Amino acid sequence: MHRSTPLSYDVAGAPLDAPAPDVWRATPFRALWRDGAARAALCLLAALMLVAVFAPWLAPHGPGAQLDIIGLKNVAPSAAFPFGTDYASRDVLSRMMYGTRVSLSIAILAMLLSTFIGTAYGLVAALGGRFTDAVLMRGVDTFLAIPRILLLLGVVAMWGELSVNALIVVIGLTGWFAAARLVRTLVLALRDRDFVTAARGLGARPSFIAVRHILPHVASPILVAATFGVGAALVIEAGLSFLGFGIPEPQASWGSILRDGNGVTVSAWWLSVVPGAALVITVLAVNVIADRLRDIASGRHLPRS
Amino acid sequence: MTPPSNAGPSASDALIDVQNLRVAFSTPAGLARAVDGVSFTIAPGETVGVVGESGCGKTVTGLSLLRLIEPPGLIDPSSRILFEGRDLLRLSEREIRQVRGRRIAMVFQEPMTALNPVFTVGDQIAEVVRVHDGASRRAAWQRAVEMLERVGLSSPAERARQYPHQLSGGMRQRVLIGMALVMRPALLIADEPTTALDVTVQAQILELLRELQRDFGMAVLLITHDLGVIAETATRVLVMYGGEIVEQASIDELFANAHHPYTQGLLAAMPRVDDTRERLITIPGTVPPPTAWPSGCRFRDRCPYAWDRTAREHPDLFVVSGSHLSRCFLVQEPERRRAVVAEHTE
Repeated sequence: MHRSTPLSYDVAGAPLDAPAPDVWRATPFRALWRDGAARAALCLLAALMLVAVFAPWLAPHGPGAQLDIIGLKNVAPSAAFPFGTDYASRDVLSRMMYGTRVSLSIAILAMLLSTFIGTAYGLVAALGGRFTDAVLMRGVDTFLAIPRILLLLGVVAMWGELSVNALIVVIGLTGWFAAARLVRTLVLALRDRDFVTAARGLGARPSFIAVRHILPHVASPILVAATFGVGAALVIEAGLSFLGFGIPEPQASWGSILRDGNGVTVSAWWLSVVPGAALVITVLAVNVIADRLRDIASGRHLPRS
Repeated sequence: MTPPSNAGPSASDALIDVQNLRVAFSTPAGLARAVDGVSFTIAPGETVGVVGESGCGKTVTGLSLLRLIEPPGLIDPSSRILFEGRDLLRLSEREIRQVRGRRIAMVFQEPMTALNPVFTVGDQIAEVVRVHDGASRRAAWQRAVEMLERVGLSSPAERARQYPHQLSGGMRQRVLIGMALVMRPALLIADEPTTALDVTVQAQILELLRELQRDFGMAVLLITHDLGVIAETATRVLVMYGGEIVEQASIDELFANAHHPYTQGLLAAMPRVDDTRERLITIPGTVPPPTAWPSGCRFRDRCPYAWDRTAREHPDLFVVSGSHLSRCFLVQEPERRRAVVAEHTE
């Protein structure tokens, strides 16, 4: 659980044979692995990733395959169909596997997009001078004042049905405001640190200072926010698909399977329960990891000295 | 009245010639005139000490030479800083960046915070080389290791791979000096380079600075509040008070014949080995805020000799003798000092 040899800070300097700390091995992933709940969450997500990647080989049927439109309609879970079938006699297990692929990739790629935009935007706002900062942040305030789902529906309504790529862009483009604000706040606090002034005093360009001296210090809070962002994007995608604005039939995502169960919640409960449970468990796992990462980033996993 | 003149080297052979430097910060309490008309020159290879209390403008003076003043601070556009034939205040951003670190470098007060904690010290020195010379990674690293050896770190190749938190304060200050000197600048600005260090380490760092200065032939502007540090290192001293230079003299002249009452107070406040007094002597009062400098002489509230003229008129820098200047009317009316001293000794 705890680091066995705390770093020494003696006046004469650490002994020369002290190994240089390998940042990526020491934190955060090793610390994350030592935590039971986080380890379970990581295993679960790894399994989901495998399912997503190998869906075409793992799934017994295609995502849109209608097996027997008369005989296999809304069949309850059984040995042959562990998650049952839907109104169009499609295998829900297969659809869930392909849906994992769609839901996870949309969530992760949208998160990457919004993290990138938010980080760049926050960095420019914090370092670009008072006027730039004021203009950029009032823009963010404006967008944050509009409920995200409303913003999304507005965008989606202009196109009707969206492809997976378009969904990624739309969710990514509406999810970076909070990240921008976080990065700006962090960078404002870092901007006047002595090592930044020292780097300026030694002739470094502002862009170089931003990327090399400031960005590494905001990496861990960004990582935490981005991890929470995956959970949020999963739910948003499911919400859009449930409302019928998500990916088009016959492609499956967890949200679109949920939608198939709408109206038959009692007679074909598996259509709601299976994707619903998948969503809840996955978002929970992502949030557990994000939560632990936050503890690690603030040094709370280290032994008190 | 004697016109104020610039002691030290004449402007033509000076390395840097600062003329009427004014720096102001706009604050909620009003305009803070942190540096208010400072002029001095430094010759190549010379060490000039700047001494004064916190808030006297000495750090801001140092930062101004590299144009590191950021809003809400502003250097008065009428100021001039001539360095190697160019006015630093008229250079483009790109041009001033090429001066920083390459021709003029700075060592900061806090060795704990002036190094970036997420990079190895070798990386941080190599970075300076890469920024200025576009050297290859390997060549830059090689120069970083050489520099670490030059500033007196044992096993420099191993030290270069360590992070700042693995080094002691003195070693970190050596690394910062290495970062500043790796491009062999003509002028080093050292802002309180030893203040954060233990006394024994202080002496080592000062010795190192002296040695490197001799070997590299660079000029040093040493900013400190510690007259002891100045005495060991500098050849000439500028005493600052209230954003102005109040006295300027060679080191020997200053310690033998300090003229300005403020300098005399600073010298009297220095404890001595042969001291028999029980309490340390202090100068009464504090530095006035830079948003509201007193009219007339800025030291008059704390000065034992102040008289009505010091409230009415602002004193110039008067010549005491040769290159010794003092911003005090006592140069013109020396009998006033004798009268006050006589009164006290009676």
